[in-house]
Amino acid sequence: MKLPPFDYAVPTTLQDAIGLLSASAGEARVLAGGQSLLPVMAFRLASPAKLVDLRLIPGLRDIEVDDSVVRLGAMARWRDIADHSELAEALPLLPAAVSHVAHYQIQNRGTIGGSLAHADPAAEFPGIAVACDAIVEIIGPGGLREVAAADLFVGPMETSLAADDIIVGIRFARWRSEKRWAFQEFSRRRGDFAIAAIALHYDVSTEGKIVDAHVVAIGATDKPRRLARSEAALEGSVLDDDTIKRASNAASVEVDPPRDLHGSVDYRRSLVQTLLERALRQTLNWSAE
Amino acid sequence: MKTTFVVNGKLVSVDVAPRMTLADCLRYELGLTGTHVACEHGVCGACTIIVDGEAIRACLTLAVQAEGTKITTVEGLAGEGELTPLQAAFKRHHGLQCGFCTSGMLMTLHALLSEAPDSSEERIRDVISGNICRCTGYIPIIEAAIEARDAYRALARD
Repeated sequence: MKLPPFDYAVPTTLQDAIGLLSASAGEARVLAGGQSLLPVMAFRLASPAKLVDLRLIPGLRDIEVDDSVVRLGAMARWRDIADHSELAEALPLLPAAVSHVAHYQIQNRGTIGGSLAHADPAAEFPGIAVACDAIVEIIGPGGLREVAAADLFVGPMETSLAADDIIVGIRFARWRSEKRWAFQEFSRRRGDFAIAAIALHYDVSTEGKIVDAHVVAIGATDKPRRLARSEAALEGSVLDDDTIKRASNAASVEVDPPRDLHGSVDYRRSLVQTLLERALRQTLNWSAE
Repeated sequence: MKTTFVVNGKLVSVDVAPRMTLADCLRYELGLTGTHVACEHGVCGACTIIVDGEAIRACLTLAVQAEGTKITTVEGLAGEGELTPLQAAFKRHHGLQCGFCTSGMLMTLHALLSEAPDSSEERIRDVISGNICRCTGYIPIIEAAIEARDAYRALARD
């Protein structure tokens, strides 16, 4: 379908963008890459009176990697992440997960800020943000503030952002090279939304036990959230068949999957269990490259 | 809204409503109907065009966002009466039947092979998974892309 009518503005500063959003009394939406917002509008699920396009605001696309932090500007595209030479070492889970995001053409336009604001529970990036305890940088009429990724997401397609807030970037802690991690996704076609996916990472203590386990399910919960019972099953244990079984069984019980035409609730529970088992096995015989 | 950009080497200026997609602008304002429109929500790939060297979905881009860009559509591929190596390979391998998806396939593969002429078959398959074809079963399209790849490699060497 054709898009509903709207006004269009292309400010060149964040201040102007916030002003335009504030003046629109909640009727305006931020336009980043448009790869989620425009389909939503084509389906008439949203009819904003105005789109405020961020494309001419300088500095929002930068990716910075240093010894301790990985920072992505909100307008960084999937393609920019895939092309960046340092991310595979600094935060390997990120490019691995992003390789599952959308198709070639959409990777050229879709942005990480747009994905966060869209908050689709089946999208990879919000799940990665929660799995990595990322900090989201938001600018609004009151200035810049920082929000933990887990607190950004409220429910399906729902965030804690105000109508005149703009996500400007996201920060991740850089990983030590010993960090073990895995990403497993199942979709009918690579690039489609995940029917379910698992992102996980953990450290190994000198006694060979799992510490600081982080497990997130994508596409099987109302919003990206860590799976506390699976993490508890892993924490302090040695990774063996028994631990893998306990953690993946716990995951299948604690997720709360949606039922849609791609799969039933039981199917998704089973899928989460299988994906977590595969993800954990992937980390069994770990050789840090 | 007045918007100016370059299409297939020609500077054009259009006056469009913000709601108009770039795909519709090319077709209805500029008469470039080689860019096809099917799903209109970014899943079929039929409307793929190249903007500033990158393949994009023209149904998920507003015409007003094209301001200042350089666009190539399927009409811009071939010279006078001569098919490009990719188009010729499509013809040779029967990489099309009804032809509806063909312009999107050509633009996607042209962008991929121009930026990465050493793309593996696996990469080619992965990339065109974003373009839906209901006739060919994809195999002849992949064969055509692999054959045309040599021409892009030669171009990259020059």
